[in-house]
Amino acid sequence: MSTYDLSGDSGRAGRRRTAAERATGRRRGNTTISPQGAPNRRNTELALLAFAVVLPILAYANVGLAMDSALPAGMLGYGLGMGALALIAHLLVRRFAPYADPLILPIATLLNGLGVVMIWRLDKAGKLLTANFPAARNQLIWSALGIGLFIAVMVFLKDHRVLQRYTYISMVAALVLLAAPAFFPARAEDFGAKIWIRLGGFSIQPGEFAKIILTVFFAGYLMVKRDALALASRRFMGLYLPRGRDLGPIVVIWLLSLLILIFENDLGTSFLFFGLFVVMLYVATERTSWILFGLLMSVGGAVAVAMTTSHVKVRIDAWLDPMAAFGPHPPTGATEQIGQSLMALGSGGVTGSGLGQGRSWLINFAAKSDFILGSFGEELGLAGLMAIFLLYALLVQRGLRTALAARDPFGKLFAVGLASAMAIQVFVVAGGVTGLIPLTGMTMPFLAQGGSSVVANWALIAILLKISDSARRPGVEPAPATEGQGGPAR
Amino acid sequence: MNKPIRRVSIFCLVLILALMVRTNWVQGVQAESWATNKNNKRQQYDRYAHPRGNIIVGGQPVTKSDFVNGLRYKYKRSWVDGPMYAPVTGYSSQVFGSNQLESLEDGILSGTDDRLFFRNTLDMLTGEQKRGGDVVTTINAKAQKAAWDGLGDKKGAAVALDPKTGAILALVSTPSYDPGTIAGSESGDSKAWTDLNADPNKPMLNRALKETYPPGSTFKLVTATAAFENGLYQNINDATSTPDPYKLPGTNTVLNNESPTERCENATLKSGMDQSCNTVYAKMGADLGKEKMRAQAEKFGFNSTIDTPVRSEKSIFPDSASLDGTAQDSIGQHDTRATPLQMAMVSAAIANNGSLMQPYLVDQERSASLTTISKHTEKQFSQPMSPSTAQKMQDLMVSVVENGTGKNAKIPGLQVGGKTGTAQHGEDNAGLPFAWFTSWAKTSDGQSVAVAVVVEDGSDNRDGISGGRLAAPIAKAVMQAVLGK
Repeated sequence: MSTYDLSGDSGRAGRRRTAAERATGRRRGNTTISPQGAPNRRNTELALLAFAVVLPILAYANVGLAMDSALPAGMLGYGLGMGALALIAHLLVRRFAPYADPLILPIATLLNGLGVVMIWRLDKAGKLLTANFPAARNQLIWSALGIGLFIAVMVFLKDHRVLQRYTYISMVAALVLLAAPAFFPARAEDFGAKIWIRLGGFSIQPGEFAKIILTVFFAGYLMVKRDALALASRRFMGLYLPRGRDLGPIVVIWLLSLLILIFENDLGTSFLFFGLFVVMLYVATERTSWILFGLLMSVGGAVAVAMTTSHVKVRIDAWLDPMAAFGPHPPTGATEQIGQSLMALGSGGVTGSGLGQGRSWLINFAAKSDFILGSFGEELGLAGLMAIFLLYALLVQRGLRTALAARDPFGKLFAVGLASAMAIQVFVVAGGVTGLIPLTGMTMPFLAQGGSSVVANWALIAILLKISDSARRPGVEPAPATEGQGGPAR
Repeated sequence: MNKPIRRVSIFCLVLILALMVRTNWVQGVQAESWATNKNNKRQQYDRYAHPRGNIIVGGQPVTKSDFVNGLRYKYKRSWVDGPMYAPVTGYSSQVFGSNQLESLEDGILSGTDDRLFFRNTLDMLTGEQKRGGDVVTTINAKAQKAAWDGLGDKKGAAVALDPKTGAILALVSTPSYDPGTIAGSESGDSKAWTDLNADPNKPMLNRALKETYPPGSTFKLVTATAAFENGLYQNINDATSTPDPYKLPGTNTVLNNESPTERCENATLKSGMDQSCNTVYAKMGADLGKEKMRAQAEKFGFNSTIDTPVRSEKSIFPDSASLDGTAQDSIGQHDTRATPLQMAMVSAAIANNGSLMQPYLVDQERSASLTTISKHTEKQFSQPMSPSTAQKMQDLMVSVVENGTGKNAKIPGLQVGGKTGTAQHGEDNAGLPFAWFTSWAKTSDGQSVAVAVVVEDGSDNRDGISGGRLAAPIAKAVMQAVLGK
């Protein structure tokens, strides 16, 4: 796997090294990157974690006081439950990933906790919300299962590089997961989007798991192929154009994302999937031309699909005129959701109505899931949404920080993939809810109701912590002379 | 790989930054317009989340706010004597919106008015429940009841004004409806709403302000005023040179009087008014001409809407193309239209010595804690005639009640002036006529009241019979109720 590294042409390798050295020089003394003698920050994590558990408990009490003028009966149980889960997670991190980033686990816990509180608050809206059924308890159970998977990853994944072995198996698994929903019928309320696998009363959203498994495949594949993709290219008008045969993989992924779009009507997953690949391709090859290709292909694909199928067009029309659905002659397939979400946000204003005092149930059945940000926006206001976006920004940046610090190219690519997938997903969901971009129908990581999403994202967090642990662990491996660039061969 | 990772990290920050900018735009800049969007049901729910303030008549609320604790709406509007007060208050429905005072004074009633901000903030801090303010009307409960009882199951409207201030003392329209039946959000409310809107008798139409009728002979008051103001005649006993029958100018159409027993040929203004001679006043209007007639009518308020604050329909004195049209317009037929409020204003101006006061319905707005937020200040609407013309007009009107078609309005111990009217309408005037009566009454110590009553589907074409028999007793009852005789 390192043959490409060794056979890389010397001119380019030389240029790269100087750039890397400059970069190292710029960052001298940065404790996150240079691990020698760094404190492991586990106590910081514990303190932050206590805050991340207490804050949702206070929010929970706030909802109870606002809606029933009494502290909720389940407050103690909820607090103890969340606290115990967080504590177990923390103790396992202490044991199995002692040098991991101290911010990632508290942020995930906080978002998960706030999500459960908001879902519980909407459960209390009762009949006001169409097809409302209590979901907070289930969400808590899913969170517990998610932390269970987190624990499993902590305990059994000794080193993230093990996953490299499963590159092609991952590819097959991801393809199966992505293709599966096409064979299950969509429900009426899904607006034609086929993103679930349903077995009896049980349903999973495979896209959330595919996100991680695909990242494994992309990381493994690109680590091997990156030099071929980067170096064997022709220069044309200042751009490095890849050879025709090297274009193969990106074309395949592109076609696949279009197929998801056409057969599953799932704009979000399609966009996430393609965006993730382009980002990882760029990081692996350092070729800006790939971004240009990626943009051209995604715009071209979206336009082509929009012109041939109605689904994308309906979404774009709903984005351009969210209030059309309220008119006397709503266009076919129009939904009030975006308009309702914007009105919820506007009614919340800067400070929000206060937890339990908004009317985000007007958004209807998606108020707990895809549109949970609308609920947060109404009740916590602009101030609350800014805080939530900052939490996501911080989480993504800690992931990317891990990628910078990682000592092996697989780990770097893997961490970049997981972190940027999170960023793209947050952008696509929140952009849709706030009317910035057309709505796509994905869930907000950790906040939104949905078992698959919570479980998959806890696994993602566990993997990031593992990579982070190995990146920050002092003295286990010799520190690379020029960080990151060379991989194991150097 | 670190350089592209740094760039990706900047890219991710840009994505989140874009979200933040967008959210600031929606929740900061655009927030107000989304919050008040007509499709945003929160406003509707908020309106009934707290007890709504009341509309007060004679110190007593005529509205209530019932705690119903519904899923979406906590409170519901209800009315005391809903059908009687519907033309005053309007409706306030959870799902069908609101109108009239309930709509125009919504800021006070629902407590969202900026002037209540300090009070609301104080309540929030002291933990007191939010409650809307009250709207105190000028309605006189006895007068309202008298008008309501007088109209009974007849179709029509009545308006009473205080000539000195412009205060609206009674505002009745029949048939009416109970706004309480459409105040909620149940299926019964929907059904009531549909039924009310489909009813051919239009019970939700506020006939006192929003319906215009041909004013018929009551409009002769305007014509006589114009004649005095423009110097055509100086005295109520001046004889007019009017043929009977009168041929409309420029046509071969002959205008007759209502009854062959009337002596209208060359009648004086007084005699013409007592008997309600069409020929005398049609010719008078033609002699004055369209411009002078129109100028006089507009001083009384014709051709403009009047905000009480509930906006009235425009009463019309038309721009007739030919003189024969103007002649007919001058006796309240042809294209002339008037609201009951308008005809009450004519009587009020005459009774108030020529000064017409702006009619108003809301005396005070006050907070839930009874602090006055605003109080109406009386102001003149116009001066349609000089005091001396007003005196002549009063004499004419008194004579109608003493000697003429308006005897049914006579009240012992009060000086009463009035004018009957019977307006023909429909194709070839085939419909049953509208019976009118407009009048004023004064006590010796200077209290006064002006009234206009219209009854649709009168029984006979003759003034004395329709206007005098149907409408005058109602006006009499209202005047008695106001002046306590």
